[in-house]
Amino acid sequence: MIEVNELTKRYGGTTAVKDLTFTVRPGRVTGFLGPNGSGKSTTLRMVLGLHAPTTGTVTVDGRPFRDRQRGLRHVGALLDAGQVHGGRSAAAHLRALARSNRIPRARVGTVLEQVGLAGAARRRIGGYSLGMRQRLGIAGALLGDPPVLLFDEPLNGLDPEGVKWVRGLFRELAAEGRTVFVSSHLMSEMEHTADELVVIGRGELIAAESLTDFAARGSGAGVTVRTPDGDRLAALLTGEGATVRVDGDVLTVAGVPAARIGELALDHRILLHEITTRGASLEDAFMELTADSVEYAAGETR
Amino acid sequence: MTTTFASHTAEPRPRFFDLAAAEWLKLWSLRSTGWSLLVAALAVLAFNAGKAWDNVRYWPDEAGYAEKFIADGIPLMHAFTTDAGTVMMLATGAFGALAVTGEYSTGLIRTTFAAVPARRSVMAAKVCVVAAVMTVFGAVVAAVSFAATQAILSTEDAGVSLDHPGAPRLVIASALLAPVAALVGAALGTLIRHGAGAVVGSVLVLLLLPLVLGEDRHWSAVLAHATPYVAWMRLGDSQYDPGAVPYPWTAGGAWTVYALWALAAAAVAVTTVHRRDQ
Repeated sequence: MIEVNELTKRYGGTTAVKDLTFTVRPGRVTGFLGPNGSGKSTTLRMVLGLHAPTTGTVTVDGRPFRDRQRGLRHVGALLDAGQVHGGRSAAAHLRALARSNRIPRARVGTVLEQVGLAGAARRRIGGYSLGMRQRLGIAGALLGDPPVLLFDEPLNGLDPEGVKWVRGLFRELAAEGRTVFVSSHLMSEMEHTADELVVIGRGELIAAESLTDFAARGSGAGVTVRTPDGDRLAALLTGEGATVRVDGDVLTVAGVPAARIGELALDHRILLHEITTRGASLEDAFMELTADSVEYAAGETR
Repeated sequence: MTTTFASHTAEPRPRFFDLAAAEWLKLWSLRSTGWSLLVAALAVLAFNAGKAWDNVRYWPDEAGYAEKFIADGIPLMHAFTTDAGTVMMLATGAFGALAVTGEYSTGLIRTTFAAVPARRSVMAAKVCVVAAVMTVFGAVVAAVSFAATQAILSTEDAGVSLDHPGAPRLVIASALLAPVAALVGAALGTLIRHGAGAVVGSVLVLLLLPLVLGEDRHWSAVLAHATPYVAWMRLGDSQYDPGAVPYPWTAGGAWTVYALWALAAAAVAVTTVHRRDQ
């Protein structure tokens, strides 16, 4: 369990993270979402004690991580796949890490096997693709068999097969009762991975809730109705409190479920050609909620 | 619904030895380590042996020259020349600096400190490994230099053995120059956190600083004596004449300078990482 409490980090005059409070629970995959530069990496560094918070606290399983003598059995982390020395082999890199934490050497082979790098274990990391480095970083995180795992943008550079594998791995780790905290700036990456979401923008918390609750926030959810009697139905639905957009014979309805729309149409003998429920798009919800907090927005399209 | 994960094994007691072993693995798993040490050793050896060879090649054909040569302490001067000392400090200072900054330039330091949050212990382990490797390196280079130069001079019967007065001190002081310079480099590495910057910094501190400090004024002489390079020259000088310089000092003082630099540099390397964001 990771508990972040009123966490603030300032670098000189800029505030990278402001008053963040959230909890990451065991047994599920929690996505950590935010646009580029929103403070995700800063937050993760503070979780790991690499950066000291200006104010506030963060604990992992009840203790600040910096208080631990050795870390790998408590938290496994992949912060940046580039944080390795290119001149070493994957096996040598992991052997040194394992040794520092008194983890048996045999474990190195096990995790390399697990991430699919066993065949490349003796090659220099400098020659690895980004996807292979991500796998190596994941192997390092798994080394200590820890109850808490942190991954910063782990899907970058992975091929589709790799993405599928990583998602499966995260689910598996969570199912074993571990806390799995995964950051990303792309909602689509989280859609099939996370159960819970922590969303931040410009260093401030926007949402900390389940994926389904978050999706419901987006205005994209609703019902599409096609009827020759659009104006009458629109009036009835508005009377029921729905938001309706009329576009020829197509109505886009939000706020009233499809079943109720069907009932109303039947009661008033309105012919329906089509009635479809559209699921909320997570991407839409994410874009809407973070629109105000995008640090580097592209210019308006003309 | 959720189960809480229980680790399979209890956590073993943390040991400093494991950190040192990890640093050892890190050092020797880089191919550049062995090569750079070999090149540095050969360079130092070349400067020393070259000087001895030069002497032998242009050996004057006069009676009693070898005895005078030995009486003037010249065999010991050739056993570890000032050029070789300069190269040795340059190479080992850079070695110490890069042992630290190599982790910063790649960001590996974050991986390291996330694995071992006890940062000071990590740096202490690194300092121990660098100091140990450099001491062995210095000892081998100084011993081989002594043996090679005296063997070359012996062709004209001008070589001395290790029991010659001043010889053990020269060999030990030259050997220890390596760990002292490497620790200074490592300390600058933790302060500057940038490879090229740390190497330039160690050249400034180890080599340029003693050049600008003269022996003529008292304050300047004191500062000069406080540099490892001048301390090494004092320890290597078997013919040191306190009457010949305005501000003489003792070999004990020179050993103290060695010790203080090593300890201060180690302290800086270990404590700097504690508070700073990584």
